[in-house]
Amino acid sequence: MSQQLKSINLSKKSDNALSGKSNCGIKRVAFYPGCSLEGLAVEYDHSTRAVCEALGIELVEIPDWNCCGSTPAHSLDPGLSAALAGRNLAIAAEQGCAAVMTPCPGCLKSLKGAVEVYQNPHTRASFLELLGMPFDGQVKAISLLQLLSEEVGSEALQRAVRRPLKGRVIVPYYGCLLTRPASFAEFDDPENPMTMDRLIEATGATVPDFPLKTECCGATYGVTRNKIVGKLSGRIMDFALRLGADAIAVACPLCQQNLDLRQGQVDRFWKRTFNLPIVYFTQVIGLALGIEPKTLGLDKLFVNAESLLPSLDEEEDGIEESMRFSALGSQKV
Amino acid sequence: MQVRERISTLSIQKTCDADFIRQVEEASEQQINKCYQCGNCSASCVYSYVYDYPVNQIMRLVQLGQKEVILNSRSIWLCATCQACTTRCPNNLDVARIMESLRVISRQEGTVSEHDIQLFYDEFLKSVKRFGRVFETGLLPIYSFKAKKPFTDLDLAPRVLKKGKLSFMPPRIEGRKAVSEIFSRFEALRLREKPRKD
Repeated sequence: MSQQLKSINLSKKSDNALSGKSNCGIKRVAFYPGCSLEGLAVEYDHSTRAVCEALGIELVEIPDWNCCGSTPAHSLDPGLSAALAGRNLAIAAEQGCAAVMTPCPGCLKSLKGAVEVYQNPHTRASFLELLGMPFDGQVKAISLLQLLSEEVGSEALQRAVRRPLKGRVIVPYYGCLLTRPASFAEFDDPENPMTMDRLIEATGATVPDFPLKTECCGATYGVTRNKIVGKLSGRIMDFALRLGADAIAVACPLCQQNLDLRQGQVDRFWKRTFNLPIVYFTQVIGLALGIEPKTLGLDKLFVNAESLLPSLDEEEDGIEESMRFSALGSQKV
Repeated sequence: MQVRERISTLSIQKTCDADFIRQVEEASEQQINKCYQCGNCSASCVYSYVYDYPVNQIMRLVQLGQKEVILNSRSIWLCATCQACTTRCPNNLDVARIMESLRVISRQEGTVSEHDIQLFYDEFLKSVKRFGRVFETGLLPIYSFKAKKPFTDLDLAPRVLKKGKLSFMPPRIEGRKAVSEIFSRFEALRLREKPRKD
């Protein structure tokens, strides 16, 4: 099993996760949700689990995982941050997992940081002292976006789509951390990432070229410096609307919070009403796979995202199509 | 006129602290003299408008060993580590990491300029130390009270409650003792390495 998990980098182009071939890369991966996914980002948790299940990826939640320490820990001390994140990697290794996936880019930074601090000969000893657990640095941390784009891929996703999101304009917003800095992320392009673009295109939606896809949304300053979030998040939504966006797709709980939960505050800062749905990319994929909106936590979003659901006409077309399929099936029998 | 008022003259030779340059280079593992002041970092930085010194000037001040100016600056605490500067540095300096090292040093020296940001981070970590995971519902009221900003995000509370996204019980994971021990070992290690100043 662990041999298969380690092959994640080797199987970059593989999109056979759905085709049932046994030699595909990751089918079972350790899952680190992170604190946000238990609270304000609960819909990211639900949609991640639902989409992975539908695409044949087994998630093993790390038992008794703890907070990675986030920005507060690495502003205090990178070694403390590494030890807090390291405990989760150590538990994942105990479970026999060679890769940990997290949907949160902030957690990803801490988890990858732990491996880096361990690999550095100057910091290894104090890291192990703080951690107080066996650690061999073999567990690899990857983002959910990386997992889905490398282990499933847009072609396989397109084949699995049941309800194409035709006619919807969805702007992909990666946020600042997911692909930067390049040498640390080791995934996609730091300035113009395309993996989320490709996955959303596979759902049938229209994906415009978005120049602000990696610009910062205001990060952790929602609480302490609210106007910064007002200005920066507003700029992102303003540009997206100019591109005709029906929704912005995000991959980060903090970006989502700033753009969705705080959209009223952003409205007040800009003296306008954006009314722009901010959805997780997993919710977009889930809808296209035909998963129920409630299962994907669409009702948990603050700005209503029902415009992404199929209209009654589209629904009827879909039913006719599926009836044709079943009719074909019965003919064969 | 306005521009002149903002210029503060530094007695560079008098205040140059060579140990500080070494300390920053060691903590960040970056060679600071690689910076040739092209300004790409400042051009990329979306936070420049709230900084007192744009990030390229912070890099220059580090080269000049201007410890006091830097450690008291607003900029190092308003940097969000968004990595735009690091991504675009033509000399492959990890600028964001240098900024992070400066924050860590300013905490050790007790010169943090943005007290409420430090307070928020401290309360966050206390929550993690106590429960093993961060308890969002508890964190905000404590921060608002201690920062004397009782109306922080009060407008959001009813909407969050309506969505059922707030938990009223702290997470309390089984390994919370193990997590709190990591904090204890960290505090002991820091005392051993250097007497605390803050």
